[in-house]
Amino acid sequence: MDVFFYIAAVVAIISTVMAISGRNAIHSLLYLILSLLAISVIFYLLSAPFIAALEVIIYAGAIMVLFIFVTMMLNIGLEREAEKKWLKPRMWIIPSILAVVLLVNLILALKNIKTISSDKEAILPKQVGISLFSTYLLGVEIAAILLMAGVIGAYHLGSQKKKVKHRFLEIK
Amino acid sequence: MLTVPVETQILFAGVIFFLGLIGLLVRRNMIFMLMSIEIMFNAAGLVFIIAGTHWNQPDGQVMFIFILAVTAVEVSIALALILQVYHHFKTLDSDAVNNLKDSN
Repeated sequence: MDVFFYIAAVVAIISTVMAISGRNAIHSLLYLILSLLAISVIFYLLSAPFIAALEVIIYAGAIMVLFIFVTMMLNIGLEREAEKKWLKPRMWIIPSILAVVLLVNLILALKNIKTISSDKEAILPKQVGISLFSTYLLGVEIAAILLMAGVIGAYHLGSQKKKVKHRFLEIK
Repeated sequence: MLTVPVETQILFAGVIFFLGLIGLLVRRNMIFMLMSIEIMFNAAGLVFIIAGTHWNQPDGQVMFIFILAVTAVEVSIALALILQVYHHFKTLDSDAVNNLKDSN
């Protein structure tokens, strides 16, 4: 099983390096999604299948979609030049190879699923839920308050304010 | 079962964390800085999961769920702020946002 861990770790590190060193924001975001998927494979290997699913759904799904929406709204990047570059193979060959390595890794790990599940300890979602809603109930409530504040704050910051012009208070 | 030593796993999480830190320090584009912060959050969550698996306790996964909630709030607020900054300054360069700096 160790081989799968090392392959996923190498994929995660390479794609993270590409994500922080890229010039185009969208390409970097795609590399970041690949890095999150690789870390999700590691979560699965660490016998945390529930967290692996959450990582894919919330991180790679929801949060990265937010990023991509904002990047597209701001219209960042060199679109004209980027469009020409899209057809060049070096734009897509490295992420494709990394994604294929990850896929093969996942398939081989799933083939050995019996050796995983026959082991003693996989921490199941049931245990996590029981712990979450008994020991950490106060934390859940605080997280709920935080999410509420986040919703209100994002709405307030995101709304376009009507500009009131005043001849004495005008800011240059 | 995974027999990778726990030190190696922590080392991997540390490498990911420091890649995020380097990105945060080097890049000046706000989108990239926020992405680097995401990478660092993710590495911190990875350490929680490694520890939870090491001691066979569900507490690490509970902490990861809390990190997930904090990250979601942080990203939405930060992206709203980035939108506002872009509307004011017409750039995402974080060096351009220095109106609070002392003028000397």
